[in-house]
Amino acid sequence: MAKHISIEHVFKVFGDQPEAALKRVREGRTKQEILAETGQSIGVFDAHFQIEAGEIFVIMGLSGSGKSTLVRLLNRLIEPTAGRILIDGQNINDLSDAGLRSLRRKDISMVFQSFALMPHMTVRDNTAFGLELAGVKPAQRLAQADLALDQVGLAGWGDSYPDELSGGMQQRVGLARALASDPSILLMDEAFSALDPIIRTEMQSELVRLQQVRRRTIVFISHDLDEAMRIGDRIAIMKDGQVVQVGTPEDILRQPADDYVRNFVRGVDAAAVFKAGDIARQTQVVVAEHPNKGARAALKLLEDKDRDWAYVVSPDQRYLGLVSADSLRGALQDHEGPLGLSRAYLPDVQVVNAGHPVAELFGQAANAPYPLPVVDANGRYRGAISKNTLLKFLDRAAA
Amino acid sequence: MNDTDIDTTASPATADPWGASTAAAGDSWLDTTALADTTAPMADEGFRLSQLWDGSLPVENWINDGLSWTVEHFRPFFQTVRAPIDTTLTGVEQLLLSVPTLAMVALMGLLAWQFAGRAIAVGTVISLLLVAMLGIWPEAMVTLSLVLTSLAFCIAIGLPLGILLASSDRTQRLMRPLLDAMQTTPAFVYLVPVVMLFGIGNVPGVIVTIVFALPPLVRLTDLGIRQVRPDLIEAARAYGASRWQMLAKVQLPLALPSIMAGINQALMLSLSMVVIASMIAVGGLGQMVLRGIGRLDMGMATVGGLGIVLLAIALDRITQALGRPGRGARHWWQQGPAGLLVRLLRASPGRPVAPPPSTAPLSTS
Repeated sequence: MAKHISIEHVFKVFGDQPEAALKRVREGRTKQEILAETGQSIGVFDAHFQIEAGEIFVIMGLSGSGKSTLVRLLNRLIEPTAGRILIDGQNINDLSDAGLRSLRRKDISMVFQSFALMPHMTVRDNTAFGLELAGVKPAQRLAQADLALDQVGLAGWGDSYPDELSGGMQQRVGLARALASDPSILLMDEAFSALDPIIRTEMQSELVRLQQVRRRTIVFISHDLDEAMRIGDRIAIMKDGQVVQVGTPEDILRQPADDYVRNFVRGVDAAAVFKAGDIARQTQVVVAEHPNKGARAALKLLEDKDRDWAYVVSPDQRYLGLVSADSLRGALQDHEGPLGLSRAYLPDVQVVNAGHPVAELFGQAANAPYPLPVVDANGRYRGAISKNTLLKFLDRAAA
Repeated sequence: MNDTDIDTTASPATADPWGASTAAAGDSWLDTTALADTTAPMADEGFRLSQLWDGSLPVENWINDGLSWTVEHFRPFFQTVRAPIDTTLTGVEQLLLSVPTLAMVALMGLLAWQFAGRAIAVGTVISLLLVAMLGIWPEAMVTLSLVLTSLAFCIAIGLPLGILLASSDRTQRLMRPLLDAMQTTPAFVYLVPVVMLFGIGNVPGVIVTIVFALPPLVRLTDLGIRQVRPDLIEAARAYGASRWQMLAKVQLPLALPSIMAGINQALMLSLSMVVIASMIAVGGLGQMVLRGIGRLDMGMATVGGLGIVLLAIALDRITQALGRPGRGARHWWQQGPAGLLVRLLRASPGRPVAPPPSTAPLSTS
């Protein structure tokens, strides 16, 4: 389904003597020297990295950093001067014209910053455009187009024309057009940059949601680091045609490769990047659950350690509930013999998902008397976040 | 030169041969009789460099000779070219003349209504009725058939040519002077060679009209295609459009307003050409004007001119409206008289209904 892209030492030289420029590249000259000596401008300089199947890979950089060129090399809208680009092992530079057309029609779709919808076609025809080029029969392609429009929340707008829609809706059409052929790779060239901030956030969530429904390899170009951090599984940072650093958002925030990246990430809102799972700490008392004993032992443990809360987990580490010293005492009152912990669970405990952004935790943490328990996607206990932890995180992020 | 040799031998005292030769050359240059002597045989024998600027290059003779040679050797070829134009022209002319006047007016009115709206339809009907009233209906139909035939050939030649020019900067550079020449060369200049090659009558008339009316269509087609937004071209490429698909599904539809403006211009220029074409025995309104002028019959000339103007206005409005496709209805058969007919058919009970329009009204939820 989703496909793996391998970019191997790719160069793109703009100018009429690419060979002269490449020769100097092999001699170890820099991009600036080559421009001064030969007048050849280098768009992409030795890009070499992997894009894993099914991830959202963000290529970041300021304008002129070569990111738009790089993404166009992936579907050969621009031909590379040197290097190889492999999609699931197939070198796309070896493809014939027909093979390339077929790749573009079936496997790779693209979403553009300017939307690039055909003004003379209805929204439905625009959505079906790729299928039309691929020669799909009208009835089938229109049905698929309606399905794609439904996916992006534009059901019922098929008969409108693009200029009758708002910018955000037009880009939804652009997205629907890209999804209609059910491609394995989605190239998004500054797809949300022309949209208002609120609409942009909405579209980012939409993209992440679509990615959960059906996993594709998404290459997302952006100049907005907050956007990159928000949606990217991994990020490549480009500067002057060179890829400076590739890594997860956390990697890049924690260990910037050089001063350029450090300056770049300085203004980033760390709370929006880090997830609950990243800052949850395993410092709280954890007790294993047993159906009909353990309450007295747990109470003793809390009293010995002078703690108020204990997190109950199953033998396979799944989070079950939260007990407090008070709730244990209450349950044990007027009770003879051993007692299961489940009788002392606190009601309505707020459980936080490990993937939840830290930025959205402050209110919850302030209102809950206990450190918030954090669980991963499988329900396993990952730790807890106390008010103290949050304050320390903020302190570090600001530094 | 002979003079130089004589001079050097006659005065051996001059040691410097350079000085001698320049002096001699200067002398011979001043000697006008010598010059005249040398020029006369030269003109017959071949080319002399000074001819490039002294104005004695016999260009006119060359053209005359070239034309005679072409007429002599290629007349059959040009007569063959004549055939398709002749067939089309005769067909259109007979068709237009065979329809009764009022039926034709009604038909044109309906067409205008269908494709250009009600107001223009009314205007068209009024101008055509005026033409009929002036008593120049047959002449107007001959002119119309001439114009429509020229237009058909202009489109058949101009559209592909415009596409070619848009696809290659080099072709565009090469073709531009030719297009300039076609537009600016006075029609009288090529009237004669056309007559020599094609004879006289309506067919050469159509040919001179094509020469004159073609350039704007080519230019505007070229311009329209070049002005298609580059991001749309890129998007079409990114979705795997072949060259033909790019042209048919993106470039031509988006260049359509410009192309329609070109067609409109071609039509207007052909109408303005009919008077000149009448000099080579093309019939119709142009001939009325020409004859009127020749006999100082201003009445006849004015009536003919008025007919041309009325035809021009009607055709101009219709083709201009074609260039601005409306968004009111999704298909042409949902509006105008055709829409009316469709609605009538669907309203009448018990009749099997023609395929219903599949477009649902715009839902603005």
